[in-house]
Amino acid sequence: MSAPTEQATDGNGWVGRTMRRKEDPRMITGEGTYVDDMTPHGTLYAAIVRSPEAHARIVSIDTSAAKARDDVIAVFTGEDLSDLVSPLPMAWAPPGTVMRTPDHWPLARGKVCHVGDPVAVVIADDKYKVVDAAEDVVVEYDPLPVVTDPEKALEDGAPIIHEEFGTNESYQWSLGGGDLEAGFAEADKIVERRIVNHRTAGAAIEPRSMVAEWRGDALTLTTTTQIPFIVRSQLAGQLGISEERVRVIAPDVGGAFGSKLQMYGEETLVCWCARKLGEAVKWTATRSDDMAATHHGRDQIDYVRLGIKNDGTLTALHARIVADMGGYHMLNTPFIPAFSAFVMSGCYRIPAIQTDIIGAFTNKFPTDAIRGAGRPEATHLIEMMMDQAAAEIGMDPLEVRRKNFIPKEDFPAEVAIGVVYDSGDYAGALDKLLANLDLDAFRREQEELRSQGIYRGVGFSTYMEICGLAPSRVVGPKGVGLQAGYWESAVVRVHPSGSATVFTGSSPHGQGHETGFAQIVADRIGIPPDQIEIVHSDTDKGPYGMGTYGSRSLAVGGESAARAANKVADKAKKIVAHLLEAAPEDIEIAGGKYQVRGSPDKAMTVAEVAGAAYIPEDLPEGMEPGLEAINFYDPENFVWPFGAHACVVDVDVDTGKVKVVRYVCVDDCGPPINPMLIDGQVHGAVTHAIGQALYEQVSYDEEGQLVTGTFTDYALPTAAEVPSFETDRTVTPSPVNSLGVKGVGEAGTIAASPAITNAVIDALRPLGVTFINMPLSPMRVWEAIGEARQ
Amino acid sequence: MGVPIRVTVNEIARDLEVEPRLLLVHMLRDRLGLTGTHVGCDTSNCGACTVHLDGHAVKSCTVLAVQADGAHVTTIEGMAKDGVLHPLQEAFWDNHGLQCGYCTPGMIMAASELLAHNADPTEEEVRTSLEGNLCRCTGYHNIVKAVLDAAKHPEGGRIPVPPPAGRTDITIRGVGA
Repeated sequence: MSAPTEQATDGNGWVGRTMRRKEDPRMITGEGTYVDDMTPHGTLYAAIVRSPEAHARIVSIDTSAAKARDDVIAVFTGEDLSDLVSPLPMAWAPPGTVMRTPDHWPLARGKVCHVGDPVAVVIADDKYKVVDAAEDVVVEYDPLPVVTDPEKALEDGAPIIHEEFGTNESYQWSLGGGDLEAGFAEADKIVERRIVNHRTAGAAIEPRSMVAEWRGDALTLTTTTQIPFIVRSQLAGQLGISEERVRVIAPDVGGAFGSKLQMYGEETLVCWCARKLGEAVKWTATRSDDMAATHHGRDQIDYVRLGIKNDGTLTALHARIVADMGGYHMLNTPFIPAFSAFVMSGCYRIPAIQTDIIGAFTNKFPTDAIRGAGRPEATHLIEMMMDQAAAEIGMDPLEVRRKNFIPKEDFPAEVAIGVVYDSGDYAGALDKLLANLDLDAFRREQEELRSQGIYRGVGFSTYMEICGLAPSRVVGPKGVGLQAGYWESAVVRVHPSGSATVFTGSSPHGQGHETGFAQIVADRIGIPPDQIEIVHSDTDKGPYGMGTYGSRSLAVGGESAARAANKVADKAKKIVAHLLEAAPEDIEIAGGKYQVRGSPDKAMTVAEVAGAAYIPEDLPEGMEPGLEAINFYDPENFVWPFGAHACVVDVDVDTGKVKVVRYVCVDDCGPPINPMLIDGQVHGAVTHAIGQALYEQVSYDEEGQLVTGTFTDYALPTAAEVPSFETDRTVTPSPVNSLGVKGVGEAGTIAASPAITNAVIDALRPLGVTFINMPLSPMRVWEAIGEARQ
Repeated sequence: MGVPIRVTVNEIARDLEVEPRLLLVHMLRDRLGLTGTHVGCDTSNCGACTVHLDGHAVKSCTVLAVQADGAHVTTIEGMAKDGVLHPLQEAFWDNHGLQCGYCTPGMIMAASELLAHNADPTEEEVRTSLEGNLCRCTGYHNIVKAVLDAAKHPEGGRIPVPPPAGRTDITIRGVGA
């Protein structure tokens, strides 16, 4: 493990140190508080009647039998919700692009567009009986032709899902730079592939859950979300409630991976019901609800062309992406494939790049952000193509990568699409990876094993990604077109007794903010982390915040906390300087005290400073009392983490079964705050990608029926399917923020799927397999072997 | 229509009247307020609801409350003893064996049965024995590390209410036996 880099703080050395998590004591004892653990007195339960049809007109809904049940309080359908001010939101309006976003309501109005589309809600006072009652709602459907394949959906004569548009094409959008035609003309070979990145689920182990309470004229929603403030603003708008009367709380959230970065119809629905009934209303998804009606991810078909010279120089890259939107646009549905376009240059100098995206409506649940959100798809295609192109020109795939790496001395580096990478050392990460892997030894072992009939392969992926969402002027309404600012906020409050509370707008769900952010603030204000409480995810506490997604928390939220802490420290130093008759610039924080540099006997404890601030008998002239500061931080640029991953697999050529034998990776997310947390993120993220590559697929049949609606059919990797991981780091600070940090929550998921796929191809190359698409299920691998042998 | 049952939960006898279809997990969470036991699926795949029933790890979403009549149930809330964490709890904390924490109680309950029967498991044995417990955050790496670490502790294999002497099977009233 690399040594932590020195931090530019006055610090007590908390940053860079592995520290046990402050969150854990409650969670290991069963004292954590997740949404479904909370049931206010008198809570009513909701059950949602969902469409079994993928595409149909609703002819009638007969709620009489359900309403006749003793336990049932109410049944509502789409018509009852006609007082909603606006439909569910979609956040992306790229300037100059025709974006066809159909109205999407919490309960369907007139027709359903996918299996699981909600058509009615039943409210009862018992959580078992409400499910019984939902069975009594009789819905008559007039089925319509179904289309589930995005390419077929775009063909002439396909059933049109939203008649008002006359097409299933939801939008077209492109991002490019450089002279594509000239680039391809210069190439010795143009390598073309059709790469499918199949549909997956976030599959957080905690299903979605929410409870809405209406008291007086105020609404409180406690919900499983990554974005409580955004949900609050949206709820206020949809329900026509003044925003200050809406409170949204995300307590402990049991994993999300993007799947809770959403404004779900059920969230609006339980709030509407709570207001209508004047009671608390709760809805908790079953796993089947969650598989059918929590947004899915990926689902792109990528037509890729890569121009390469015989010496390995890349000349041009074109990707045409057919992106499956599902039946509606949800919060960021169409933006996700666009996010692919922002990283299409990978770690490489490619003089011309173009990404053309076409979105297609299908009769499936909408797609949206799932861990990586567009970047795994792009990285998969780039890193697959590096190997494919290398094979076509007869060059070592790592040599092709090295030849085209942006050299470290070129940073900050602008790439053809116009974005500027902050810092990087791609060759450095690969060198370290190869040393840890011992590639030469592996190749010898591989040959020996092949002589015994064991097919072992190694695959690589050298990736970079875009994090630190985001400079608002770049991604906001006049830029990329997202309808929000993407700053983050923090308040650092030192209490009179010398402990502190930090409010962050970031909204964790497993990442460890309560520990990492405390370490950052500790160094800056001289209070140990165990006396710093991190408060988050409650809109009644602290300033507005943008939440946690896109590996943004540390680079934006952490930086905001650091900046607020610096303000507090500056004020504290002025107070100390005043009281000890020294210059503020001569005050340093050491050993938990504010002392005059070089004179440890002239010092004040934090409690003494706080006491002076809160009992302001003798403050510097004009200074306000109190010891608290707020910061809103809007980054100047994105941050660009990177690394190199290698996967070793064994393929059973008789059954097609793939086993991950070894996984070695080097990630660079800048200076670590808490190295243990970084490793944990990498382990989980890589496993997520192993799941996609080998086991997981959300499948609909041709009638639009979901055939992977439970954890029995949707196979998450278990402990028995993954190895222990060999993680390591290089440390290349980002110049964008004072911490130098970049973000690491998604890196493993972004990097890993091509490494795994390339490893399977490497293992099977002697049998003639040269290309394969995920998921690498035994059947698909076995078929690929069979086809190659013919 | 309620059925009277007596279940000893975390060493406290509880007399309850329950609907015959009430799942043990809902009895624990909704009737007794023991919300440390979680629900993650409907199909007994995820293991978030794992508790001990007469000293054996069971998935409480697949056990009816009436089947636990007369039995001892231990939940995550019963694992610490006199305010001292169970070695597995301590090891999960030390080794970053949890992130969102949702699967953690089930993982600890499942792992504790393993250590009760196998004080010195190999990595592979740990991995195989936790196959019925899903985690989406950790990639299992640090969970496995935590279990191996707890195994080194002299009390790593302690479970609060061990199975009755001489019995290694699970007997649930109304099932099998």
